[in-house]
Amino acid sequence: MSEWVLQADSLSKRFGRKWALRDCTVSIPQGKVVALVGPNGAGKSTLLRLAAGLSQPTSGTIEVLGHDPHKSNEDLLRRIGYLDQERPLYRGFRVRELFRFGADANPGWDMQAAHLYVDQLGISLNDRVNSLSGGQQAQVALTMCLAKKPELLILDEPAAALDPVAREDLLRLLMRQVSDNGSSVILSTHALSDVESICDYLVILSHSRIALCDDVDFIVESHRFLSDPTSSNSRLPDGTTIMDTRISGRGVTHLVKMDLPIVDDSWQISEPTLDEIILAYLRQGVRNGLLDHVETPVNTRVLP
Amino acid sequence: MEDKRPSIYFRLDSRSGVAPYRQLVDQVRHAVKLGQLRGGDQLPSVRDVVTQVTINPNTVHRAYRELEHLGIAEGRLGLGTFITHDVDSLSRESDHDVVEESLKQWIKLARRSGLDEDQMLTLLRQFLHHNEQVRS
Repeated sequence: MSEWVLQADSLSKRFGRKWALRDCTVSIPQGKVVALVGPNGAGKSTLLRLAAGLSQPTSGTIEVLGHDPHKSNEDLLRRIGYLDQERPLYRGFRVRELFRFGADANPGWDMQAAHLYVDQLGISLNDRVNSLSGGQQAQVALTMCLAKKPELLILDEPAAALDPVAREDLLRLLMRQVSDNGSSVILSTHALSDVESICDYLVILSHSRIALCDDVDFIVESHRFLSDPTSSNSRLPDGTTIMDTRISGRGVTHLVKMDLPIVDDSWQISEPTLDEIILAYLRQGVRNGLLDHVETPVNTRVLP
Repeated sequence: MEDKRPSIYFRLDSRSGVAPYRQLVDQVRHAVKLGQLRGGDQLPSVRDVVTQVTINPNTVHRAYRELEHLGIAEGRLGLGTFITHDVDSLSRESDHDVVEESLKQWIKLARRSGLDEDQMLTLLRQFLHHNEQVRS
């Protein structure tokens, strides 16, 4: 058994002349709940579709649970549960019929669990999909994924556009699955509060590239705000890299990534929250993206 | 399903900026200090916590491990996690009182010399973060 649920090496995907994903190298350990964060168009869905074997890399490689998901046999696909952003369901079906379909398509289908899930969510087996609210449809779609009892769940914005209660119910259902089955989860989201409460691993995508990928705890431990109220420091402490800078009046505050403990006491040091770190990386991505565009237009075109 | 009342009901404040595992640890410590949790009490199972609050089960495991490390709780194989009978580890609370008292004195002094709350917090944080180690 592979200790990684997902390993990508120089993974790239191009649609026409546009790179949706470039040079992604990541390794995601087993048993994590991974948040995939990034602005719209950063390549989140592309990465998730590649992981689910729904599309093929332009270059580079990807392995999921130790296998190439695109070339792989049905066996691997049974071990993965993928939920698309659109949450496709047969609108005219009753929930019972969806489940029967799920059972036919998946040998590992747990009908008892499927019934229990919808029961907890207050949805009847006789309800038709198109009579359900958007939130309930999302819950049924997730239930379809969970009842497969997959080792890895790949969820593209599973909680987007849900009201707070539906969202809470859905995420709780997901966490219970993680607790009961030890499933790994990779989910994309725009809600930073979800990242803090349910995810223990974070991947930030920005402009088709990986900007950050690590354990959430380590990310928080390895970043600091350094402030200098009078801008009198000319030098940053050793082992630090600036990720974001804010200049106020006379003072300056950097968000830095530190590779060594900071011993320099000429800076005021404070601990950022996870949200602040994520936002800094996303902002930095926006700036670099603009620079890329202006300074190196040649690099964006690559030989076929 | 048997409906047992949990020994503690956890809360998560996603805006506090405090790591969720730390919030669970603090809530247990607080409950022990107030006597809401006593030696021998069973902490809710990881599954129950996941049902109480939307939280990653790994985070709950981590909080429970931290409580074990602090000597506040102990894992019993196949049974769950329980508050320790050993009161010794908790008698450190008396040290807490000393620390609290000297902190109060310090705050008085700081106020007198014109520091406001934010400045005090900044100072405190600044000193807390010196000598800090990064995980290698």
